[in-house]
Amino acid sequence: MPPIETPSISRRCLVAAGAASAAATASPLAATAASNADAPVLAKVSFEINGKPQTLELDTRTTLLDALREHLKLTGTKKGCDHGQCGACTVIVEGRRINSCLSLAVMHEGDRVTTIEGLGAPDRLHPMQAAFVKHDGYQCGYCTPGQICSAVAVLDEIKAGIPSHVSADLTASPEVSGEELRERMSGNICRCGAYSNIVEAITEVAGRTA
Amino acid sequence: MKAFTYERVRSPAEAAAAARKPGAKFIAGGTNLLDLMKLQIETPRHLIDVNGLALDKIDKTPDGGLRIGALVRNTDLAADKRVRRDYAVLSRALLAGASGQLRNKATTAGNLLQRTRCPYFYDTNMPCNKRMPGAGCSAIGGFTRSHAVLGTSEACIATHPSDMAVAMRALGAEVETVKPDGAVRTIPIADFHRLPGATPHLETALAPGELITAVTLPKPIGGVHIYQKVRDRASYAFALVSVAAIVQRDGSGRVAVGGVAHKPWRVEAAEAQLRRGAKPTADLLLSGAKTTPDNAYKLTLVERTLGAVLAQARA
Amino acid sequence: MKFDTPATTNPIDQLKIIGKSTDRIDGPHKTSGLATYAYEHHDVAPSPVYGFVIGAAIAKGRITSMDTSKALAAPGVLAIVTAANAGKLGKGRFNTAKLLGGPEIEHYHQAIAVVVAETFEQARAAASLVKVDYARAQGRFDLAQAKPGATRPKDSADAVVGDFATAFAAAPVQLDETYVTPDQSHAMMEPHASIAIWNGDKLTLWTSNQMIAWSVGDVAQTLGIPKANVRLVSPFIGGGFGGKLFVRADAILAALGARAARRPVKLALTRPLIFNNTTHRPATIQRIRLGATKEGKLTAIGHGTWSGDLEGGGPEDAVQQTRLLYAGANRLMTTRLAVLDLPEGNAMRAPGEAPGLMALEVAMDELAEKLGIDPVALRILNDTQVDPEKPERPFSQRQLIQCLRTGADRFGWAKRRAPAQTRDGRWLVGVGVAAAFRNNLTMTSAARVRLDKDGVVTVETDMTDIGTGSYTIIAQTAAEMMGVPLSQVSVKLGDSSFPVSSGSGGQWGGNSSTAGVYAACVKLREAVAQKLGFDPSLAKFADSQVSAGGRSLPLAQAAGKAGLTAEDKMEYGDLAKTHQQSTFGAHFVEVGVDAATGEIRVRRMLAVCAAGRILNPKSARSQVIGAMTMGVGGALMEELVVDKRLGFFVNHDLAGYEVPVHADIPHQEVIFLDETDPMSSPMKAKGVGELGICGVAAAVANAVHNATGVRVRHYPVTLDKLLDRLPRVA
Repeated sequence: MPPIETPSISRRCLVAAGAASAAATASPLAATAASNADAPVLAKVSFEINGKPQTLELDTRTTLLDALREHLKLTGTKKGCDHGQCGACTVIVEGRRINSCLSLAVMHEGDRVTTIEGLGAPDRLHPMQAAFVKHDGYQCGYCTPGQICSAVAVLDEIKAGIPSHVSADLTASPEVSGEELRERMSGNICRCGAYSNIVEAITEVAGRTA
Repeated sequence: MKAFTYERVRSPAEAAAAARKPGAKFIAGGTNLLDLMKLQIETPRHLIDVNGLALDKIDKTPDGGLRIGALVRNTDLAADKRVRRDYAVLSRALLAGASGQLRNKATTAGNLLQRTRCPYFYDTNMPCNKRMPGAGCSAIGGFTRSHAVLGTSEACIATHPSDMAVAMRALGAEVETVKPDGAVRTIPIADFHRLPGATPHLETALAPGELITAVTLPKPIGGVHIYQKVRDRASYAFALVSVAAIVQRDGSGRVAVGGVAHKPWRVEAAEAQLRRGAKPTADLLLSGAKTTPDNAYKLTLVERTLGAVLAQARA
Repeated sequence: MKFDTPATTNPIDQLKIIGKSTDRIDGPHKTSGLATYAYEHHDVAPSPVYGFVIGAAIAKGRITSMDTSKALAAPGVLAIVTAANAGKLGKGRFNTAKLLGGPEIEHYHQAIAVVVAETFEQARAAASLVKVDYARAQGRFDLAQAKPGATRPKDSADAVVGDFATAFAAAPVQLDETYVTPDQSHAMMEPHASIAIWNGDKLTLWTSNQMIAWSVGDVAQTLGIPKANVRLVSPFIGGGFGGKLFVRADAILAALGARAARRPVKLALTRPLIFNNTTHRPATIQRIRLGATKEGKLTAIGHGTWSGDLEGGGPEDAVQQTRLLYAGANRLMTTRLAVLDLPEGNAMRAPGEAPGLMALEVAMDELAEKLGIDPVALRILNDTQVDPEKPERPFSQRQLIQCLRTGADRFGWAKRRAPAQTRDGRWLVGVGVAAAFRNNLTMTSAARVRLDKDGVVTVETDMTDIGTGSYTIIAQTAAEMMGVPLSQVSVKLGDSSFPVSSGSGGQWGGNSSTAGVYAACVKLREAVAQKLGFDPSLAKFADSQVSAGGRSLPLAQAAGKAGLTAEDKMEYGDLAKTHQQSTFGAHFVEVGVDAATGEIRVRRMLAVCAAGRILNPKSARSQVIGAMTMGVGGALMEELVVDKRLGFFVNHDLAGYEVPVHADIPHQEVIFLDETDPMSSPMKAKGVGELGICGVAAAVANAVHNATGVRVRHYPVTLDKLLDRLPRVA
């Protein structure tokens, strides 16, 4: 039995009820303002979230992060700073990790987005999620989804040969080392300070998948 | 964030037309623009998404250099095999900046156009001549540990935060643009960022609606490429100071410094001193510096960092 | 249940589940994004409206006019609540400044309004349309300037033993130095956030709060409604570190906004607002005077600390550890408080000890150098096994010497060289040590346990898990007590409808909350035994069976269809008065300092802790490495910079207020000494979450001195404070 009562997350496609109250035209390519200069401008965006096609009609100001959290109710992706200064909102878009707080939802037309919910669930954890549990790579858990999404992407980046600030030889293929992982993970702040354990978790997964 | 209309453009002509709309602004990676829009430091009424323009390639130029599309992401530019081999200082500078996530989004043009990280600029309760010309500068007389020591004015002492631009300055890059009327021009990187003077809100040489299409690098000049960034935190922090250097076997070379001004700081006359060492070079490089008690350390730090860079180049 | 005699053998001592390294039971939820934090309860508020908080633009003065008409007319806006239309508001017992300011402004970014709109985007945009005019008043923002006028706080007596002045003057070796620690921010990753829902006159707040019962009281008091009408729910908390001990503006303004808009309101403080709007660890100026014999015995210990806070606020009691850490016949400890008009100071992880040890343990390092004695040896030489102010009070347990010796062995301390003698390429390398000390507090804590027909034990308590691992150690406690596997225990936390716990703060939560669960389980065991016809004193609970006298029955049988419930609390007698309960440790750190740039990077870290029984070594170790990380931040980068003209913390976001990132932290090692403390509770445990930060910054600063020969007494230790004294660069 689950030890903790956690409400199940609805994965239904939900269109913003609140935003829909203001009238405006919307088309896939252009959104135009209503006469009132302050009126919200709505635009439609279709993308694939965790393998599922989704279409939303959103205030153009809506970030990818808020689209996920407030409109799709995928709250695994966290808002820590909303300014690209913490990494809690990290998701994987078209195979690359980004800060979803610094990206407008409407700019992701056609994109494939993977969030923490798309990596695994409690009864079928992704190897990186399982390694975080095993190595206690978290405490409060708030930065954790971002850390895990970042970690999964970091191993791909190393595999793809993308160098880092600490790569000694720019022309060589980067290695999976503690130093490399620490540098590459530095865009994900953990104020609880689980860093040492997080690097152990990633190292284990890298070894397993290498 | 003010409401804005949004459109995607597919060609420079479309972009140019869109740029004529009132309050229009281009958006590419958005990593700095959205940050500032949330604080209403930037308030565009119309956003032109330029990501659909095919400006994401790195091509060879006829004279043996590289033409970097404006939309090439920082990650891709840093990882490009030719850049890593022939322009390592640029790879190093990019990799020293921001975080993996941000580099995946941030573009070449956007990196050049990012705005200062002065905390008084970021706090809209504080007077700032950049945000509101004539309002006054609250940084002057305040907390200025990260502020500029060169090229400052009574109106502004902000620095430009880019690492990439510092390396590009050492490499002698040029910025290619297109204006709303279709006219194209090339701006040497040295002239791209403006010093504050009496108009700190005018930050670059770009005219309204002018779009960066590419940055070109001249043909490789060899040498040892070093980018040393100095910061309190080991990563994910802006430079206190940084040194981009290309040093040739005979000890001659080029040096540009970041974190000291509102543009990458390069003084060709100082470079003539490189073979004599860091001190004479730094003396010329930093001549005319104006410091505060908070940021006076930057002069020592530049000289010492340059010393370390030259030692590394010799090794 | 009252704990007033030392613990003897009890079911916890079986250590079948307690004391074992155990994965967190909430781990799969946290790692898959399904743990639900304050802003995320879509189930209870499927279509909320959004609040956006406006902070004051000045540090001190008055609002002369506020025009909300444009904002009210903006699309989607439902309500704007300000002090002018909020109705009469009280102030919480734990708040110094008002959570909704105006017309008087007490500090920068004090909340002055909440805009409620249909969407977040609309609320944020409308907030910028509220026009506020202020009249600035002169404020006091500079601690150094205010120091001469600082006074002794009401509840703080000077600690005086013997004749300090004479002994210090006569001491053959003296140290007299002043240290400065800056204001620091908790900077927890989850912003302060709340969802408020009114049902008639009853308010439910889904919020992020460490102390549920305190905060129910403060919400009620602030809003002027009965406590019975307030429910707080806080099942997951994205970090607190003391910053969420109290009700803050998010909760009150969500409640006021929801009342005004007649809709459920959710709001989070924006990150740039948090640093000035909420509480912080106050800066200190500390003067330490140590007098010693030539052999290194302390004869005089003087420690004075000065801090500032708003009128009516409290001091940062940075002398706490100095009163108890070292022997010395003549002692003088003073705490002084100045009035400052900066944002509200309050507790942050190990308040008192954390900044106090940043000074004291550097002073000890300096004294060791003066004496020519090894810093580890100096600390061992001055150990005390009794309260130096009341020698009749022994420590319940005190293994400081063992921590220091074990750590020195493991770390290779013997290889330490004189300052500025070790080089590794571009790095000047040094090592440093500091003692760790943090008092152990016990707090009354209650729980309800229920056994159901399937043999599942459910624990309910308003205890919170702020990343400390409460869910898991509470489950371990119930499993151990009731003789069931961990998988048969369900834990529900953080709801004010559950029995009142100790809450999470002051590193008291782990021991106190599990002791409360112990008490409830003792009661449940009695009920079970009675139901099954066993003598409660003889019944054994193991493997989901209850047995005695050769007879064995399934535990579940006692529950019957209706289930069996027991509730109790653990209260504490005088053991903390007769015995000084503290936790001890030693931190060892190796740093490299870039010989050219002065950049400081930590290369190795080791903590040795003696903190009673360690209930779950895995999560306890995490507490310690996390605290070590925060200690590195305090040593090397964390400082809320005060603009002394304008009276605010300038670097109020996560780019400006730097906390350590991955690249700053090497592999960390933690050793727990084997210890049980029968004076603390039947759990025989104490806290570790704050012990882990105590002394870290001093160990780092001492390592920087050992690497460079440069002594920095003004935190954080940054490169600009070293540069002029580093070796010449070619």
